[in-house]
Amino acid sequence: MIAEPATPTIRISFTLNGASTTVEAAVTERLLDTLRYRLGLTGTKEGCGEGECGACTVLLDGLPVDACLVPTYQVRGRAVDTVESLDEASLEPFLEGGATQCGACTPGVVMTASWVCKNPGLLGSHPVRELMAGNLCRCTGYDGIVDSLQSALNPEAGA
Amino acid sequence: MKLLLPESLDEAMEMLADGDPGRTPIAGGTDLLVHWPQHLAGDTRTYVDLSALQELRRLRWTEDALVLGGLTTFWDVITDPRAVAELPLLMEAARLVGAIQIQSRGTWAGNVVNASPAADGVPVLMAYDAVVVLQSHDGREEVPLDAFYTGYKETRRRPDQLVTEIRLPRRAYTFQRFEKVGSRRQQAIAKVGLAVTHSDAGWRVVAASMAPYVCRCPSLERLLETGAPLASPVDLVAAVQKDVSPIDDLRSTARYRTEVMARVLYHALQGATPSGGIH
Repeated sequence: MIAEPATPTIRISFTLNGASTTVEAAVTERLLDTLRYRLGLTGTKEGCGEGECGACTVLLDGLPVDACLVPTYQVRGRAVDTVESLDEASLEPFLEGGATQCGACTPGVVMTASWVCKNPGLLGSHPVRELMAGNLCRCTGYDGIVDSLQSALNPEAGA
Repeated sequence: MKLLLPESLDEAMEMLADGDPGRTPIAGGTDLLVHWPQHLAGDTRTYVDLSALQELRRLRWTEDALVLGGLTTFWDVITDPRAVAELPLLMEAARLVGAIQIQSRGTWAGNVVNASPAADGVPVLMAYDAVVVLQSHDGREEVPLDAFYTGYKETRRRPDQLVTEIRLPRRAYTFQRFEKVGSRRQQAIAKVGLAVTHSDAGWRVVAASMAPYVCRCPSLERLLETGAPLASPVDLVAAVQKDVSPIDDLRSTARYRTEVMARVLYHALQGATPSGGIH
């Protein structure tokens, strides 16, 4: 039996949560797996593996992407931010507002929410529910997520 | 699986020209990476990655056209005020492609080449008379999008050709509508998609999820050109049945699709005068 040739690897340098990072990864590797299994950042979850549920949402050059659909080699020279980059205080509204129950979707939800909070101008053209539509949640019925994001956007209103 | 990383358009075309029909261009990867680990075992394709070819990213305007680049994403169009103002169906359809996570990565050219009959971007491009610009080592070829598909998941793109541009003529539209019927608004695949425009060039009616590929509906277009009054959706059914051939599948049934397409079109047209103007 002939052994399969090893999958070629590639050296990938990028900015991860603000710090320069270099990994040697297989050309077939997904960003999701590089983050979880090569870099130990297990906050990013795998849900569906087909770009449907958004549990693996990270920011790539500031925009939400599904890490299960990004080949790692494509982040060369780019900036990736994961849920580990969020400070705990910014998550308070989501804890307070019932945005999480089983928690499987939460890391993705708060990453998309952080993008909305950084770009509040989006709300001029897009309803919150549309901006959050790429993050499926089977527990909360979404009201807790939407309300929490609203109070993250307007901290005074809910105080 | 093998990967090639061209650094210029010339280099990419050289890599695609080597005669291996399994050479597959990859841009945002939103179709190709679905269930990726399960596919890899038997994947003998060589991927030609386009992400370094940033000259293909931007969209640009000429006097008579909007030109989308081969790497222009859905989000690039959603956030371009001029595209939103002048060709609003592009933005409307783009906002129904998955959600932000897909819109930020998915490209218009990828949507065209992936050739899904349920594509959201393709019907609006076709209703705007888009032209697909294919480039290869042998030169440049332009194919009208409404002649690009030859069968289910089959296109006129040769394996050595790359979609470098999608060109949309600039026209004054007197009617333009995009309708998508799915299980939910975002993050759902269309059961019925419909793009309708009217300009000096006439009516365009384009259907998605109704045939093996996204297609124009010539009988419906002729019917609308007559300006004959429509009393109810029933008046459209015969033409719908001539133009499309829907199937039963996991998302819907042929009968539902036919009835819904006639109804959605009828109601969309209620805002239009016989000459195409909006009341």
